[in-house]
Amino acid sequence: MRKRLVGWVCDTALILYFVFALFPIAWMVILSLKPTDQLFSTYFSFSPTLDGYRTVLGDSEGIPFVRFFVNSLVVSVGAVALSLVVGLPAAYASARWRFKGSENLMFTLLSFRFAPELTVIIPLFVLYQKLGLFDTYVGMVWVLQLVTLPLIVWIMRSYFADLTPELEQAALLDGYTRKQAFFRVALPLVKPGIAAVSLLAFIFAWNNFVFPLILTSNEAQTVTVGALSFLGGDRPKYNLTAAAALVSVVPPLLLALTIQRYLVRGLSFGAVKS
Amino acid sequence: MRLALRPYFLIVPALLLTCGILYPFGLGLYYTLFDFSASKPQPDMVRFENYSTVFTQEAFWNSAWVTVLYAVGAAFVETVLGVAVALLLHRSTLLGRVLEKILILPLMIAPVIAAIIWKLMLQPSVGVVNYLLRPFGLGGVQWTDTPTGALLSSIAVDVWVYTPFVAILALAGLRSLPTSPFEAAAVDGAGWWYTFRRLTLPMLWPYVLVAVIFRFMDSLKVFDIIYALTEGGPGDSTVVLQIRAYLEAIRFQRYSFGISYTIVLWAVVYLAAMVLVKHLGKIQRKAAEVTS
Repeated sequence: MRKRLVGWVCDTALILYFVFALFPIAWMVILSLKPTDQLFSTYFSFSPTLDGYRTVLGDSEGIPFVRFFVNSLVVSVGAVALSLVVGLPAAYASARWRFKGSENLMFTLLSFRFAPELTVIIPLFVLYQKLGLFDTYVGMVWVLQLVTLPLIVWIMRSYFADLTPELEQAALLDGYTRKQAFFRVALPLVKPGIAAVSLLAFIFAWNNFVFPLILTSNEAQTVTVGALSFLGGDRPKYNLTAAAALVSVVPPLLLALTIQRYLVRGLSFGAVKS
Repeated sequence: MRLALRPYFLIVPALLLTCGILYPFGLGLYYTLFDFSASKPQPDMVRFENYSTVFTQEAFWNSAWVTVLYAVGAAFVETVLGVAVALLLHRSTLLGRVLEKILILPLMIAPVIAAIIWKLMLQPSVGVVNYLLRPFGLGGVQWTDTPTGALLSSIAVDVWVYTPFVAILALAGLRSLPTSPFEAAAVDGAGWWYTFRRLTLPMLWPYVLVAVIFRFMDSLKVFDIIYALTEGGPGDSTVVLQIRAYLEAIRFQRYSFGISYTIVLWAVVYLAAMVLVKHLGKIQRKAAEVTS
């Protein structure tokens, strides 16, 4: 009897938390489907319409939202790709060899996670203006390394460390070069890790707000900044803001749902194992 | 010789990219020694004057206080709530297994988007929160328009976004705990509270502390949530340090002065990191004693 009561209390508490966690997302869906003239009158009864999405995706209101969406895709994928190219060898090296200063170098990489963004952004802003990188894809990809590279190096390091070195040593005995051992033996074995960390890094890059806010203005602006523009104006159009917010969270949410298991592993690796 | 150099060779590309970030950081540090601003493009060297101005400004101490309140408040609530959620999910009922799959969702939404969502929900007259509270006679709460309300609201958004992070780490910790101490305690007839206080919590603490460190350090440099929710207002009530730096450097275009704010914040975050990581080592050793 007492056990059943405890179970009931626990279930209720859990459900309450998940209502808190999921209600805002559900409310955005409701709000985004409301017609403009019914925004403030009724709350849960209204005639749903896709007009909000049509306006947001149709470049109405003078805000090129679709372009911001494409920009986000380009700079996030670019940042992840560049981080993988330089990050994987670095992670491999630091997992396989203990060399002079290795721990310090790794800590330096991780420490960028804790640096206030504005410390580097303001000088970058001045620098970008001079170099013509302001409001460009190259400039955004370059600065998003700050988000993606430490993540990739730290998580891939623990994946490589979990592989026994004997595998590659056997390959070396078979006449493989070091390079071949890395590309044909080690790399295929950590493929699932690479997939998971790439998606995690993509999500973090996609969700970044400060860098595009200050280092882009129009050409290379991303959805996180773009979604805010619907809040402006004399009469805030809540349905448009909600639709824009929802469209901008579609890629991260879809990725999260498909690779949920690996994301959790990635998140807890990054924190617990380091 | 070739072999000794190889790891460096492999790390160099990553380091070069890192230097791409270190260079502006150094440049920023250099800028703070000048009075570089939009109204004065040919700056004079002022040495440490920017910093002495920062520390004598009342606005700085106000921002520092708000930042600490925010970081401590957010990290505390997230820890308690996150551990509670993890414990509830660890019971592994059917309901728990289903809900666990969607635990991660708020964490995948950009904090700035989360802040926009909450801003719409918290509107005093037309927001859904007050609409739902109306039957309880609380329909007119000015959530983000009073100083205390604005601070609490922004902490609530932080809690909404990041509680899953703490819960995930705590859950990973719970699942990796050895089972034998719990079996022994059950044989001895120990109650739930005793087991929790004497076994679960001490062994789990290192995992939770890692989460706390991440959350505390991240909240110290919060920017996007406040920017989208309150923009620092009303008055100065939610002007955290990064928002103050943004206002000074970008909006008022006092570049050097704005950067000095972030350098001070950077130093504080590093000191906090050092202290916490040192403490983490101690806690981990203690936890190892309990486990053995």
